[in-house]
Amino acid sequence: MTVQGEIRTGLYFDSVTLMLVGRDLLAIEHVADAAAVMATRENKAILRASGLWTGPFERAGDTDLILAVKAETAAAAAAALAAAAGRLQQARTRRETGEQQLPASIESAVRALPGANVALISIAGRYAAEPARQALEAGLHVMLFSDNVPLDSEIALKRLARQKGLLLMGPDCGTAILDGVPLAFANAVNRGDIGIVAAAGTGLQEVSSVLSNQGAGVSQAIGTGGRDVKREVGGIMFLEALAALRDDPGTRVIVLISKPPHETVLRRIGEAVAGMPKPVIAAFLGADEDTVRQYGMIPAATLEEAALMAAAISQGRRAEDVRQFLEARRRGIREEAARFTGSGKYIRGLFSGGTFCAEAQLIFRTLGVDNVYSNVPLAPFAPLADVWKSQGHTLIDLGDDAFTVGRPHPMIDYALRNRRILEEAGDPETAVILLDVVLGYGSHPDPAGELVPVIAAAPKRVAFVCSITGTPQDPQDRGRVETALAAAGVRVFPSNAAAAEFAARIAGARGAR
Amino acid sequence: MAIRDLFQSELRVVNLGLPMFKQSLDRCGVPAIDVDWRPPVEVDAQALAAVTAAAAVIERANEKAIQAILNGRPFLIGMAQARDVIPGMTPETILHAGPPITWERMCGPMRGGVIGALLYEGMAATPEEAERLAASGAIRFAPCHGHQAAGPMAGIVSSSMPVFIVCNEDRGNLAYATINEGLGKVLRYGAYGPEITARLRWMEQSLYPALARAIKRLGRIDLKNLIAQALHMGDEVHNRNRAATSLLFRQLAPAIVRGEPDAEQAAQVLEFLNGNDHFFLNLSMAASKATLDAARGHAGSSIVVAMARNGADFGIQLAGTGDAWFTGPAPVPDALYFPGFTRDDANPDIGDSAITETNGLGGFAIAASPAIVQFVGGTASDALRYTRRMYEITAAENNVYQIPALDFRGTPTGIDVRKVIERNILPVIDTGVAHKKAGIGQVGAGIVAAPVKPFEAALLGLARAVAPCPAQETL
Repeated sequence: MTVQGEIRTGLYFDSVTLMLVGRDLLAIEHVADAAAVMATRENKAILRASGLWTGPFERAGDTDLILAVKAETAAAAAAALAAAAGRLQQARTRRETGEQQLPASIESAVRALPGANVALISIAGRYAAEPARQALEAGLHVMLFSDNVPLDSEIALKRLARQKGLLLMGPDCGTAILDGVPLAFANAVNRGDIGIVAAAGTGLQEVSSVLSNQGAGVSQAIGTGGRDVKREVGGIMFLEALAALRDDPGTRVIVLISKPPHETVLRRIGEAVAGMPKPVIAAFLGADEDTVRQYGMIPAATLEEAALMAAAISQGRRAEDVRQFLEARRRGIREEAARFTGSGKYIRGLFSGGTFCAEAQLIFRTLGVDNVYSNVPLAPFAPLADVWKSQGHTLIDLGDDAFTVGRPHPMIDYALRNRRILEEAGDPETAVILLDVVLGYGSHPDPAGELVPVIAAAPKRVAFVCSITGTPQDPQDRGRVETALAAAGVRVFPSNAAAAEFAARIAGARGAR
Repeated sequence: MAIRDLFQSELRVVNLGLPMFKQSLDRCGVPAIDVDWRPPVEVDAQALAAVTAAAAVIERANEKAIQAILNGRPFLIGMAQARDVIPGMTPETILHAGPPITWERMCGPMRGGVIGALLYEGMAATPEEAERLAASGAIRFAPCHGHQAAGPMAGIVSSSMPVFIVCNEDRGNLAYATINEGLGKVLRYGAYGPEITARLRWMEQSLYPALARAIKRLGRIDLKNLIAQALHMGDEVHNRNRAATSLLFRQLAPAIVRGEPDAEQAAQVLEFLNGNDHFFLNLSMAASKATLDAARGHAGSSIVVAMARNGADFGIQLAGTGDAWFTGPAPVPDALYFPGFTRDDANPDIGDSAITETNGLGGFAIAASPAIVQFVGGTASDALRYTRRMYEITAAENNVYQIPALDFRGTPTGIDVRKVIERNILPVIDTGVAHKKAGIGQVGAGIVAAPVKPFEAALLGLARAVAPCPAQETL
């Protein structure tokens, strides 16, 4: 085995492009491992740990690109390095062809695209604050997709945005829909009169998709990033967005989505809602419903419930109808779970959406399932001893940092989850593998193509349960994905809440045996 | 645009980061543009914070510095011998290109130039004697830039050498440059010996008087106007000066003939001008020097007023940090080498001629000069790309120098060291490459990036200059 490397000075590529190059290298014959990364301290540590290290890498710095290949022969390694160079050249040319030249800064981009009104920023978090500030100074609204932006930068940026009357969505804002345009990870939903403010990206995707699939539509959907509703940030953007929706003539119903906000933030939201002429539905997952109700909001226990209620109000139906519908379905799920005859004992939930993992835990908790573990546990559940190994009922967020360092997000790259599915399927204690499939812009273009072969390779005794977040208008086409998964024997539910409820009922029944 | 208004508008998106997000927007038919972002140059965080905090002060100072550069009106007003006009020039003084350097650290071509100058001045009879004299400490070496002058390659100026006098009529400041000797075995590439001494003597005794008389007869020559015309004719006035030399020739020729009673003498002078495509280079440099010197002295300004190399160090100066040089090692250019030469023959970067880039010319104006890019193996669209890139690191667009191919957009002018650091884009310099051995001459040419070190150092220097003074302790 030989390790060969190359340092390219002054070349920069985004992380997704680099990961795709790395993946292509792995597919080359006689190549055991490979990486294409910027030479940051963190990446260098990863290279060292994975045996992809050569001495010269020591002097490479943040702005250098490292190509590293471990191969059976020196010739194979050299060939792989040459292939990588070719791929990078391709990526470069695709972005910059002929006379076309890309601007190198917000300043020149605004010059090149007169009337620009939104900056979508997704570079590494520690660099992201400065261009975000420049965009605000240039009068642009900002969607800050990047995570790992320092908290004090977030607060400073949000104050600046508020002062200028601009949106600063994020950091770590994965989803927004403005004027009918899906930004970053978002679904193609109907336009309508439901406005959404969300501190949880996949939560926003689920709510907007479910209500769109009901025939209702979205006016504006604004992400704030998860930290916005914590005490330190104080809900600056949540409140700004709420006020904007209140004043927006195109919005008649408002949905708020978040983990439970800090009490001071919740109070401020309550004050804002108090004078609100529009109904406000709050899916503050895990919050006390009475408190939410006291503040004049309509509490929803799940994302799906929030979406169904918003759609009902928007369409002039009664909220009561939604309760009746959910009640009926609950009975149906309970009966179907009682008929479940698979072997094994445990549920293994492998989520690509963090909010879905949290929502599933809430449902397991509500239905009294115990012996539940997670890498991001909600009380009273316990943390996994080893996130790479399941125990009892396990609900994992595969989008968590522990899994995504040096890898694309599991909504884009199914490789990690596919491996884990096969591991769980090989475990005789596994009864059900619970999955989420998130469609929309940014997500994997063919999730069924990824999952169906894996499911086919799994032992037949394991049951697959899955939710799909998305719409028929999405690039992947919800209907097509659903048909393919159902044909592979997967029990597909229209929402994460329903799928989790079904799994929890099975868990309950197993536990009782 | 308030949030409410955004809800009523069509989205137009600047995408900085993952290209797939723009691809999605393309599918939705939303106008969007990718930013070709790269991480900034890593510099001391405290220094960066100090510079960011002083943004308002820096902007104000930059505005003044930029106004000075744009308002510059360099005219060629006459000629004289160096000792008679250059401030601080003495018989023992030898000026050189780039930041300060001692004899011990000088590269081959610069040492050769010093030897050649001492032989020409009659201060040494042999090269060996000249070397001993140079090493003895009896000669004062100083940068051209410290004496209102700029010199190509080794940039050697000694007291008897005739120099052009350029006046920036906006502020009245002067700048000086020697006469370009031509190509091949010439002093600026470190050549010395009887042949070189004889040519310098001829330049002093025949060429200089003829030129001086002609300039006097014409009164003055508007260099800014001439350079602007040359840019429209395919020059960038650093590595290509063919058009500018021709334009100058057209102005000078009748005046030279009228001022020179001997027709053969006049013909020789005209032939010398005509035979050297780079004759104008030294004037382009003096014009740039006169323009940029007027921008100095605006405390806190982050605008670069000099980029210069001495064959060992690459140095820059800022409008807001006085006479301080910020330096780093001069790189060996990755250039296109003439047949028979390789990178191993090349001297590290040398010469004051990057003053043209500092003034929005040369590499910054290379879109006006596609022939140069072709010469070093590139295409016309490469030339456009180089120039467009430089808008990212400059504070202004020139009001007079224009690029026809960019719809007469003004050339990128006034390098802002903060943008160089933040955008991690280095100034592009359109340079000739000297042989590392004295006297062989030019071995290649290329379009090279300035090294990053001097800019890092300059940012730290700027941070010190703008940092609030620590409070005086009271006793």
